Amino acid sequence: MIELENVAYSYGGGELLSDISLKLAPGSFHFLTGPSGAGKTTLMKLCYGALLPTAGHIRLFGADVRGLDRDDIAVVRRRVGVVHQDVQFLDHLSVTDNISLPLMVSGRQAETQSGDLGELMSWVGLTNRADALPPELSGGERQRAALARAVIMSPDVVLADEPTGNIDWEMSQRLLRLLIELNKMGKTVLIATHDLSLIRATKAHVQARVLRIANRRIQLAGADL
Amino acid sequence: MFNTANLSALVAGDRQADRVVPPTGFTAQLTLFAAAAMAFLAVFALALSLAAGRLADRWGDALARSATIRIVAPLDQRGAQTDAALSILQTTKGVQSARALSDAEQQALLAPWFGPDLALDTLPVPRLIEVIETAEGMDPAGLRLRLAAEVPGAVLDDHSRWREPLVQAASRLRLLGWMSIVLIAAAVAAMITLAANAALAANAQVIAVLRLVGARDDYIARAFIRRFTLRAFWGAVTGTVLGLLAVLLLPSASDAGGFLTGLGFQGIHWLWPILIPFLAGAVAFAATGAAARRTLKELA
Repeated sequence: MIELENVAYSYGGGELLSDISLKLAPGSFHFLTGPSGAGKTTLMKLCYGALLPTAGHIRLFGADVRGLDRDDIAVVRRRVGVVHQDVQFLDHLSVTDNISLPLMVSGRQAETQSGDLGELMSWVGLTNRADALPPELSGGERQRAALARAVIMSPDVVLADEPTGNIDWEMSQRLLRLLIELNKMGKTVLIATHDLSLIRATKAHVQARVLRIANRRIQLAGADL
Repeated sequence: MFNTANLSALVAGDRQADRVVPPTGFTAQLTLFAAAAMAFLAVFALALSLAAGRLADRWGDALARSATIRIVAPLDQRGAQTDAALSILQTTKGVQSARALSDAEQQALLAPWFGPDLALDTLPVPRLIEVIETAEGMDPAGLRLRLAAEVPGAVLDDHSRWREPLVQAASRLRLLGWMSIVLIAAAVAAMITLAANAALAANAQVIAVLRLVGARDDYIARAFIRRFTLRAFWGAVTGTVLGLLAVLLLPSASDAGGFLTGLGFQGIHWLWPILIPFLAGAVAFAATGAAARRTLKELA
């Protein structure tokens, strides 16, 4: 699905990530952890084509990311659902419209009429907030709305960057259960988090691999977590 | 970008795509107003160009085909010399018709200067002969030679002396008119580009969200292009209608105005201003498209 081969990324100053090789196989569940500023978000961005590696190769669904033009990247993003820590919505549209936005922009708005949207809304527990505007949502509701938006196109991969960063423990458990369910439906899941207790709680339910970024490199963390 | 499918999609619109960009109140009004003002000015520039064009044509063409012969002779010889000049003109190649002006006509010509009570027969006023040339025109030099030999009191004036600078002035005026239209179009393009850039910058977050969920640049650009094209179009429609009304209300050029053609449109020329809104729309379409593509390219 997503393959990184000896990838390095440097901002103006110095190298943030170097020699990273990683393969997200279909149906796998990965955690990405590491201290703040270690490059978790950068690695995520590399995985959906928002950044280009300064060295090495990244293949998204078999195509080298350097060979993709802006339209190809747009098509890749329809197959990758992304949830950010600070989720952004179109604040003038209702929650329902925001969740179905990916369908709208890819010319599949007819599907917003189907029952799937309603099902998805109840799956993330936002049915009674359907007509609310995004600024009216709580932190947890925003994260769940973002997750619903990320999966409405039935993507192959779900990338979540600190999805539980702004919400309480109970809500993050709920969000995680949704991600585990997605993984059980065959989606590849990659979650960046520095919350180790979240990782432990998840490992009881799903075969998850934990990747740690340290000293600019990525390593497979021990099973003791 | 300018193919029919795109254009019909633009006109038909995509209600969903329109909604993804938040509505703007005040700046939209400004764009409408600026487009209307520019269209209003364009109507006048167009009227000026067309009127100057008519003037140049008339002076260049119609007046070019007429000449005047003055018979300056003592009163007793005037009639004979006039007849002699007329008979020469009858055999001159390129002369369609020639006739001597009557006393009444000459009095009418002089009345503005000497007043209506002028007793023309007591004054040695030269007789005027109006010569109308055929399309091929005559040879003024040859005619002058013949007149000099047979009618000593005849002076041929083929009007070229005063006509040429007038034709030149009218042509220059027409050029200025068209230049104004080009400048107005360029100002519309600049204004729309500024407005579109401002809108794109104000909606950076919207664009980022749309890119994140897999929107193509074209989709995002269309939402902006459609908005600005329609604003420029409807603004220009308003301005054009107001401009045409203003032209209609101009006092019409009377006969007393002489050879000055009134500023305005005549006949088929009334159709020209209809092009203004479409031109404004096309300019806005191109300007917004360029601005959107430039801005989007810089975003991740």
